[in-house]
Amino acid sequence: MAEPAVRHLPRGNRSALSRRPLTGMLFVAPTALIVLVLFLVPLGILLYMSFTDYPLLGAPTLNGIDNYTAIPDDDLFLGAIKFTLVYTAVTTVVIFLVSFVLVAISNSTRRFSKVYRTAYFLPYVVGTAAASLMWFINYDTVLGVYNDLLLRVGLIDEPFAFLASETPAFWSVIALVVWKFVGFQVLVLLVGLQSVPRELYEAARVDGANRLQQLRFITLPYLTPTIALLFILSVTGSLLAFDQFLILTKGGPDNSTISLVYAIYNTAFQTFDLGRAAALSIILLLALIILNGVQLRLLRRRDA
Amino acid sequence: MSTRTTARSAAASVSFHLVSSILAIAFLFPLLWAIINSLKTPEEANQAPPTLFPTSLSLGNFQNLMDYGSGLPVYFWNSILISFLTVVGTVVVSVLGGYGFARFDFWGKKHLFVAVVAILMVPYATILLPLYILLGKLGLQNSLIGLSLVLVMFQLPFSILMMRNSFESVPRELEEAALVDGCSNVGALRHISLRMVSPGIVTVALFAFLASWNEFLAPLIFLNDASKFTLPIMLVNVRSGSYGAIDYGALQAGVVIAMVPALVLYLVLQRYYVNGLLNGALKS
Repeated sequence: MAEPAVRHLPRGNRSALSRRPLTGMLFVAPTALIVLVLFLVPLGILLYMSFTDYPLLGAPTLNGIDNYTAIPDDDLFLGAIKFTLVYTAVTTVVIFLVSFVLVAISNSTRRFSKVYRTAYFLPYVVGTAAASLMWFINYDTVLGVYNDLLLRVGLIDEPFAFLASETPAFWSVIALVVWKFVGFQVLVLLVGLQSVPRELYEAARVDGANRLQQLRFITLPYLTPTIALLFILSVTGSLLAFDQFLILTKGGPDNSTISLVYAIYNTAFQTFDLGRAAALSIILLLALIILNGVQLRLLRRRDA
Repeated sequence: MSTRTTARSAAASVSFHLVSSILAIAFLFPLLWAIINSLKTPEEANQAPPTLFPTSLSLGNFQNLMDYGSGLPVYFWNSILISFLTVVGTVVVSVLGGYGFARFDFWGKKHLFVAVVAILMVPYATILLPLYILLGKLGLQNSLIGLSLVLVMFQLPFSILMMRNSFESVPRELEEAALVDGCSNVGALRHISLRMVSPGIVTVALFAFLASWNEFLAPLIFLNDASKFTLPIMLVNVRSGSYGAIDYGALQAGVVIAMVPALVLYLVLQRYYVNGLLNGALKS
């Protein structure tokens, strides 16, 4: 019965479905409502807040650009900017270096390579908070297993205080973060590798190209967009890091591991200065939007 | 093949597996160590130096958490509820939205889509502050429902893209035939397309679950009431130590409870996670 009816459908690009705009609007209404109420309105409120003196408990009063002009004197925030930039650079470089080794293993055709891949990825599924607590326990000088193992192997003679001074604390966080996030990068790179046509390698082999040349002239060009995407994800993710610092180092020692988001959190909920915190958020937001814009532009140019 | 090359490739194979498995153990060790420790007696778990193998198995560490604060069951339930609400909300909104974006033309479609993607570009930590104020005004502060709504919003870019792509790969003709046969739009969606996009739905649900189950900053800001806390927030409080000393055994048990559901779900639904990366995250 359906056969003859189908013939009455309009021809061309516009189908019977796309010509029912009202129904379409109904379907996206929940999306629109959520985007409006929970995203666009808060963005507006954030902008407004940044121009007010807004105590956590109490009414806001407009104070112009005071919150912004106070930023250059805000040592907590300036320190956080510097720390977050260093942290972002180091994390991104280390994760990339480690991930290339792990990708080589996971992409092998040898037995068990899928098992290895799963092992490297599993920490990513654990929440950052739980993972940070796990490492916090393991780093303990008295009860922690890392000290115990190092002592047993004989690498150290007395317990090492992982989190007590600046440089060790920094690298202890890096170790946790690499362990936690590198698996995700490995998985994305593997997905990217699958998009390289097999025939290219065969052709290259016939032409006498060695492994290194295949990597340089086939694999890397195909992976460039994936690598660029991972770079963006790593940079933006690191600029927003929070959980691991609040939990693992509590920002210490001597406020040396306070990230940007941590500084904003402290300004809002420790010093109860919501207006200032909003101004700091706007600065962070603008920086990330500009960064994303530049990176996307570079990405597109490379893609084209 | 000469014996020499066979020997060399055997050596290469051995060293490959040696390096790979040492790395695999290094990655799995903290997870296994937390599980081992959680199963020691509370005394053994808090004893220095740590014992590598438990001398006796015990659920004492979990029992100690039962009475912590409002009690482990309350926090576990809160986490389950938040994740459930977020998963259901994300799936419903993104199925409807993805369908609308894939099948219809309407005024403002492009702008709305740009706004959805913009959520991805705007770091979520920066708008938690106004959301905190706004939820207060809406009477949703300190509420699990308010928190879930926020978490749904953060899942929208990925899940809408995922569902739109899924619906676009279902031929329109199937639905159009149903419409002509007298099916309503919702009927056509329910009986025909929904079945075909179910892998996409599983993917969206899995991503939403992992994100909401593990979320830390948003509940830390939005929830003030100790009886409303989720597992990660409870754990940070356990870490702070109620009487000065930290109960490491209880903390390990809490970490295990927080991570095992996510690990199990991932291991069962691995395929959907990788497909999600292929079809949703990377193509956007």
